[in-house]
Amino acid sequence: MISISQVTKSYRGAPRPALDNVSIEIDKGEFVFLVGASGSGKSSLMRMVLREDLPTAGSIHVLGENLVGIPNRRVPHFRRNLGVVFQDFRLLPNKTAAQNVAFSLEVIGKSRGFITEAVPEVLRLVGLEEKANSLPSELSGGEQQRVALARAIVNKPAILLADEPTGNLDPNTSEGIMDLLNRINLAGTTILMATHDRGIVDKYRKRVIELSQGKIVRDEQGSGYGNR
Amino acid sequence: MRASFVFTEMGIAIRRNLSMVISVILVTFISLTFVGTAGLLQQQIGSMKTYWYDKAQVAVYLCTATSPKDVCPQGESSKDVQKTVTSRLNSPTLKPYIDTFYFENHDQAYKTFQKEFKNNAVAKYVTPAQLNETFWVKLKDPNQAPIIIESFSGLSGIEQVKDQRSYLDQIFSMLNIASLAAISIATLMLFSAALLISTTIRLSAVMRRREIGIMRLVGASNFYIQLPFILEGVVAGVIGSLLAGGAIVAVVNYFVQGYLVQQLPFTSFVGLADAFALLPGLIAIGGLIAGIAAASSIRRYLRV
Repeated sequence: MISISQVTKSYRGAPRPALDNVSIEIDKGEFVFLVGASGSGKSSLMRMVLREDLPTAGSIHVLGENLVGIPNRRVPHFRRNLGVVFQDFRLLPNKTAAQNVAFSLEVIGKSRGFITEAVPEVLRLVGLEEKANSLPSELSGGEQQRVALARAIVNKPAILLADEPTGNLDPNTSEGIMDLLNRINLAGTTILMATHDRGIVDKYRKRVIELSQGKIVRDEQGSGYGNR
Repeated sequence: MRASFVFTEMGIAIRRNLSMVISVILVTFISLTFVGTAGLLQQQIGSMKTYWYDKAQVAVYLCTATSPKDVCPQGESSKDVQKTVTSRLNSPTLKPYIDTFYFENHDQAYKTFQKEFKNNAVAKYVTPAQLNETFWVKLKDPNQAPIIIESFSGLSGIEQVKDQRSYLDQIFSMLNIASLAAISIATLMLFSAALLISTTIRLSAVMRRREIGIMRLVGASNFYIQLPFILEGVVAGVIGSLLAGGAIVAVVNYFVQGYLVQQLPFTSFVGLADAFALLPGLIAIGGLIAGIAAASSIRRYLRV
């Protein structure tokens, strides 16, 4: 699914590389927590899996695509197989929940018929069918993140990248989002989630990869957040 | 590809960025009006050339009593000079080049002068004797005027041999300069229109960066992301060129055909057909410049 091999990423002017000879293999259906302090390289890694950035050295294969060699024009097609959610939700403020989800399908050219079926269905899946016509400003943080999740999975991606999806939510709401992510994972979607949330990592006991100063310091199945 | 979606997005972009879009429309409008004017001037020159060159003749002016003494020392030329000129014009060397010629005496010249300078103060002071007796020579090929000029210049009793086209050429060169000036202004303004379009499109992209970010994340193709912005530029450019076309047609209809034609009845002027012929070109220029400026600007802004 995701194969990261000896990846180093240096930014110009930075004293040390953001990622230093990192190798990770993630299989289909896995749920992986990516933990580490701010600046440990989590975001750099996520960006490279999304092909928003290229490694300085090393290779990245995602869903059979060699992301270092893939031509620019094929990148959009590659990204259609990935879903992404962020800490800040990134919803369009002037569109309703349903329109936000529909927008992501419209821009990849899905038919109107497909959209009118898929959008209510995915909103039901995330438990928001009642709020389909609400604007993001009328929704709570947890609800907004559900809309973002609905948008990320409506196209049935093989991989879901979640960059601190509970970072802006209170523990109870986070719990709800985690349940949802778990269900998405059980349905077969591979999930790579970067997080600072000790409680969640400790509770779910998934595979944990810990980064520190750009290096992998721990990669354990069924682990917790760790002592740091 | 869903066309309705692209056009909706374009509509949103134009509404959000309305003042910039209007300025693009106006700059394109004005610059293309200059382009169209230059085009019309060129057509005008062309039609005047065919009209006037056809009528232009070579004039052989005979000396009068008031001619300058250095060219006409003997004063008013005699009947002999007329005979010499007539026989030369009929001679086998010159005849093949000449279509027709006729002689105009003092009284006829006076009549023509009075007609042409009607309402002009000078008509009151001129006497028939001051006006040259003239041989008007119409050539088969107007370009061969130098042959006539050479054969009669320097002949005693002849004040001057003049190819009328030399007057016309002055007028045409003035019109040419005017159309060149219009073209230079148009080029400058089109350049600024292109810059304005690329700034407008970039501004539009910045205002919609949230949407663009999401479109890129969910895997919208670059073409799909860029198309509404390019269309935004093209629509503004085409509206501007349509306005310019309207202005050109209006100028031809109301000023040239409605006013100039009545003021100067013996001149052929550009007509509405000429103005309409310019329209496709104007629209193509406006649309192309806007499209290219918008595409290059949005492409630089949106690298994958």
